[in-house]
Amino acid sequence: MNSYSMDNKVALVTGGATGIGAAVVDSLTQAGAMVVISDINVAAGKAKAEDLKAKNLRAEFIEHDVSSEAQWQSTIDKVVANNGGLDVLVNNAGILIGGLLADLSIEDFRRIYSINVEGVFLGMKYAALAMRPGGSCGRGGSIINLSSVAGIVGTPGESIYGSSKGAVRAMTKHAAVEFATLGYGIRVNSVHPGPVATPMGGQVLETLASDKLLGSEEAAMQLVQNLIPMKRFGEPHEIAQLVHFLASDASAYVTGSEYVVDGGFTAM
Amino acid sequence: MGRVGGKVALVTGGAMGIGAATCRLLAREGAKVAVTDINSEAGEAVARDIVENGGNARFYRHDVASQDDWRRALAAVRNDFGPLDILVNNAGIVIVNTVEDATLEEWRRTQEINLESVFVGTQEAIGVMKDNGGGSIINISSVMGLVGGTIEAAYCASKGGVRMFTKSAAVYCAEQGYGIRVNSVHPGYIMTPLLTNAASTLPNAEEVVSDLISRHPLGHLGEADDIAYGILYLASDESKFVTGSELVIDGGYTAK
Ligand SMILES: NC(=O)c1ccc[n+]([C@@H]2O[C@H](COP(=O)([O-])OP(=O)(O)OC[C@H]3O[C@@H](n4cnc5c(N)ncnc54)[C@H](O)[C@@H]3O)[C@@H](O)[C@H]2O)c1
Ligand SMILES: NC(=O)c1ccc[n+]([C@@H]2O[C@H](COP(=O)([O-])OP(=O)(O)OC[C@H]3O[C@@H](n4cnc5c(N)ncnc54)[C@H](O)[C@@H]3O)[C@@H](O)[C@H]2O)c1
Repeated sequence: MNSYSMDNKVALVTGGATGIGAAVVDSLTQAGAMVVISDINVAAGKAKAEDLKAKNLRAEFIEHDVSSEAQWQSTIDKVVANNGGLDVLVNNAGILIGGLLADLSIEDFRRIYSINVEGVFLGMKYAALAMRPGGSCGRGGSIINLSSVAGIVGTPGESIYGSSKGAVRAMTKHAAVEFATLGYGIRVNSVHPGPVATPMGGQVLETLASDKLLGSEEAAMQLVQNLIPMKRFGEPHEIAQLVHFLASDASAYVTGSEYVVDGGFTAM
Repeated sequence: MGRVGGKVALVTGGAMGIGAATCRLLAREGAKVAVTDINSEAGEAVARDIVENGGNARFYRHDVASQDDWRRALAAVRNDFGPLDILVNNAGIVIVNTVEDATLEEWRRTQEINLESVFVGTQEAIGVMKDNGGGSIINISSVMGLVGGTIEAAYCASKGGVRMFTKSAAVYCAEQGYGIRVNSVHPGYIMTPLLTNAASTLPNAEEVVSDLISRHPLGHLGEADDIAYGILYLASDESKFVTGSELVIDGGYTAK
């Protein structure tokens, strides 16, 4: 028995076209899963799916905006219909709008929440409807929500983003306990990366380096190094390997947990 | 090549329960495993079983409360297998007591086996790993290092100590650039000899166990393998950006 095998599993990865999501898609397909990549970035998403198919891995792309309830319904329906089920949902799509709390607007707030929080709520809702006993798939599953260390500790310039990730952290635990109590067979966990070398990771540095915050790239890098004992950003595949563990049956007794992968950021 | 192929691992308390499951899984994934314990008979049996199944393992008698034993065991492992890559500080005991009835002797014994041993083992392992380019140290704490339990006062204190000691060692090693990662694992209640022995000291064992089950939202206790898989992740290079973190494997116990 190999509990890490994803051979008989169907996974949906939101925001899977680039960054951490794309690395998750790589890990899960390599472990044998059929992976549906969903994203608003159609060109990158299609290219990612083609690239994997050329390597004889199983993947397809669906255009999908996680802030739209109608699109969640139709995406889950399509995934189940085309692939005979849904076992894993990775709620990875997310955005960052950095800046000082005093400068950010209510529109910024609503935009971040519509993707980072409403997107995760809708994803869990429609996945649970499909995965729970009697649902269109009905064989339970594993849901992994991408939160962040910013959902656990404070950093300058990320107030709305961090609070959205805090909401994901708490919602994960509520869903996990509720689903377990009801015997759904659906596990729910959150993953908390520190800064990762992706387009969003670049945005984190830019925000810190802005004139109103630290004023220079060097100062921003210095702060990041002071915050991370390992003194470097994470790599997307380092997050993906943790997601793979949580997606697989190797983590069968893990639910409602928050796993950090942050080079020691939150340990001090 | 397994997930920890070619690596050298030492697992304390490897004769039974979570430790034995960890030894078997690490061996299956390619590690050379030093099974250490005070229970020689059961420890030898685990090592023999691994070898019979095509793995690489050896038993060493090693009382984690003794610094001399630590040094002897580490030297012997180095000699037999080569430089140590993975240390799993798993040996532990539970003495059932409440804050009102625990004796000072019970308290000290619990800290000695569960906490002091983790300090000594981590310190000794850092000493050997830092010259070999690093390694992974995994300390087995418990959900009782995160939330309070009523009938295990001294145990809770020891496991909370393991949790914070782990973070301190992790940050230190990272800042020194040693390439040594240190993390803690927090199991919920797992069906092992530790649990059945502890329960057997109580007059209402059955009631206590069914109460424990009801505290895990997943509706059942865990198995030793559930914890071994988490330890394997932390032992492997897949977790190379993970240090100072807490891997909770508890069927939802602490999420509620
Ligand atoms: N990079 C970091 O430093 C970091 C740290 C902690 C947590 N995270 C989290 O990890 C996740 C992935 O981050 P990343 O760094 O890979 O980001 P990224 O910006 O590199 O990629 C995000 C992907 O999500 C897609 N996306 C954005 N809005 C969407 C929408 N409405 N619907 C569907 N897809 C949408 C984008 O097109 C993109 O492909 C996010 O939830 C992020 O908050 C990132
Ligand atoms: N079983 C649980 O419910 C549970 C829950 C949370 C955490 N834990 C922790 O997991 C670890 C393993 O527990 P388990 O349930 O497998 O226990 P276990 O009693 O089944 O096995 C523990 C092993 O440690 C050995 N040991 C005891 N004292 C020793 C010493 N001084 N030196 C060397 N070896 C010694 C024992 O001989 C035994 O083989 C412990 O640290 C325990 O606190 C267990």
